[in-house]
Amino acid sequence: MVRKLLVRRHSGVTRLTHWINVLALAALLGSGLQIFNAHAALYWGQKSSFERPWLAIGREARGDEVVGVARLGGLTLETTGVLGWSGAPGARESRAFPAWATIPSWRDLAAGRRWHFFAAWVFVANGLVYLLSGFAGGHIRHDLAPTRADLAPRHVWREIVDHARLRFPKGEAARRYNVLQKLSYLAVALALLPLMVATGLTMSPGFNAAAPWLLDLFGGRQSARSIHFICAALIVLFVLVHLFMVVASGTWNNIRSMITGRYAIEVEGDRP
Amino acid sequence: MTAPDRRGWLKAMGASLGALWLAACDSITRDKSSYARLASAERLTLRAQRAAMGDRRALAREFSPAEVSPNFKANGSVNPDDPAYVAHQEAGFADWRLVVDGLVERPLALGLDELRAMPSRSQITRHDCVEGWSDIAKWKGARLGPLLDRAGLKREARYIVFHCADNLGRTADASGRYYESLDLVDAYHPQTLLAYEMNDGPLPVAHGAPLRLRVERQLGYKQAKYVMRLEAVADFAHLGRGKGGYWEDRGYEWYAGI
Repeated sequence: MVRKLLVRRHSGVTRLTHWINVLALAALLGSGLQIFNAHAALYWGQKSSFERPWLAIGREARGDEVVGVARLGGLTLETTGVLGWSGAPGARESRAFPAWATIPSWRDLAAGRRWHFFAAWVFVANGLVYLLSGFAGGHIRHDLAPTRADLAPRHVWREIVDHARLRFPKGEAARRYNVLQKLSYLAVALALLPLMVATGLTMSPGFNAAAPWLLDLFGGRQSARSIHFICAALIVLFVLVHLFMVVASGTWNNIRSMITGRYAIEVEGDRP
Repeated sequence: MTAPDRRGWLKAMGASLGALWLAACDSITRDKSSYARLASAERLTLRAQRAAMGDRRALAREFSPAEVSPNFKANGSVNPDDPAYVAHQEAGFADWRLVVDGLVERPLALGLDELRAMPSRSQITRHDCVEGWSDIAKWKGARLGPLLDRAGLKREARYIVFHCADNLGRTADASGRYYESLDLVDAYHPQTLLAYEMNDGPLPVAHGAPLRLRVERQLGYKQAKYVMRLEAVADFAHLGRGKGGYWEDRGYEWYAGI
C-alpha cells in the first residue's frame, strides 16, 4: 500500500533566506539591466576599447527600417522588439534591454543604481545569514555536500538519465537532495553568487583602493564588468532550470515545502 | 486539468507575478518617501568602504604609460559657452584666476603659474564613468591638500565645493551650472589634484581646461571640469537643489565611490 507522508524538508532559515533572496535577486537583475543600458557594451581588460567590445547591443538602419541588433564577437543577431529597439511597433525606443526587463521600466540610471545598491546590501546580509547558519548548523555539510557514493560516475550518470526523462526519486530517496541538486545548489551558493559580489565590488573605484588585488584577480575593471554580466546570465539560466524542475517534480509539493517546510513523499507499507 | 492546460496556467501565473513585481518597483520609484528609503544604502556604502580602506589615504590603482587610452572619451560639457569663460579661453587663460574662498582664513586668487608652483603630483589613473565605461590617462596637477592649507580652512569647514564654468542644463535660474563637492577625507587624499596637464600636455578644453578636479576613488561625475572657484563650506544645503552637485541634484549619489 502506498501512502503519503509529510516530512520536514526545509529549515526556517533556509525558507526565509530563500524568499528574501528571490526578492533581492529580482531587484538586482532588473536594476542591473537598467545600469547595463546606460552603456550597452562589454570589454575585456582595465579600460574600454570602444571600437572592440566583445558584446554590444544597439540599433542600426537597414534601408528605411531601424532594427535592433546584438553583436557577439563577429556575430550579428537581429533582435528588434527585444534587444536594442523595443516597445510597441510605431512607438519603439532605443534601449538595450526592453522596458519589461528593467527597474524602473523607464530609462533612469540614477534610479537603477539606487535600487541596485540597496538590493545588494539586502542580498549580502541575507547571504551571510544563509552561509553562516549553513556552515555552523550543518545544512551545507549534511544536506548539500555530496557523499562519496553520490559522486560515483555510475550514480551521477544514472541521475542525469533520470533527470532527462523527468523521473524523480520516490519514497525514502526523495527525503534528500539528489546529487545534481547538491552540485548545482553548491555551485550557485558558494561560487556563482559570491562571484557576483566580488566582481561587483571590483567595479567600485572606492573598493579598488581597499582591495586592489581584486583588479588583478579578474584582470581589470572592464573584465570584472563582463564577468558580472556573464554570471548574471548564468544565474538566470539556473533559475529557469530550477523553475522547470519545480514544476516537473510537483509544483505544489515543492512550493509548500519552501513555505511551510513540509514535503510529501510516498512510502510503501502501513508504517514508516 | 490536462497537462497543456496546467502548463498554460502556470505560464500565465508566472507572467502575472513578473508584471506585478515590475509595477510595484515602478510605483516605489515614483513614491517620494519609499524611494528615499532606498537611498539609505548610500551612507552604509560610504561607511563600509571607508572602513574597508582602513587607511583613509589608501591609493587608487596607478597604471603604466602603455595602458593610457589612445582616445580618452570627453563627456558632459566639452566646450563651455559662458562669455567670461570664452574670453579667458581666447586669452589663453593668462588673466584667469582660481578663487579660493568661503570658510578660509586667507582667501586666494591664483593664476596658472602660481598653481604650477604649488606641490604637484603626476599619476596615471583610470576614469570610470557612471555609465560603465573606463578610460586611462596621465594627469598632473596641484595637490588639493597643500592648497587648502595655504588658504587655511576654518574649523567649521566640512566640505569643499567646486564651482565650474559650464552649464549642462540650460535653465533660467542658472541651476544648470555644474558644481561638485568633496568631504575633507577625499579633499586631503594624496591623489586628489587640481589637474592642469593631461597626458603630458596642457589640459585640453574638452577635458576641462584650464583646471579640472581629479578624485581618483570616485566616479567620473565627481571629476569637475572648468573649475573656477573653490568654496569651503559647513554644508551645501544652500547650493543648487541642496544635494552637493549637479548630478547629485538629479538623483545620483553624493558618494560616488561605487
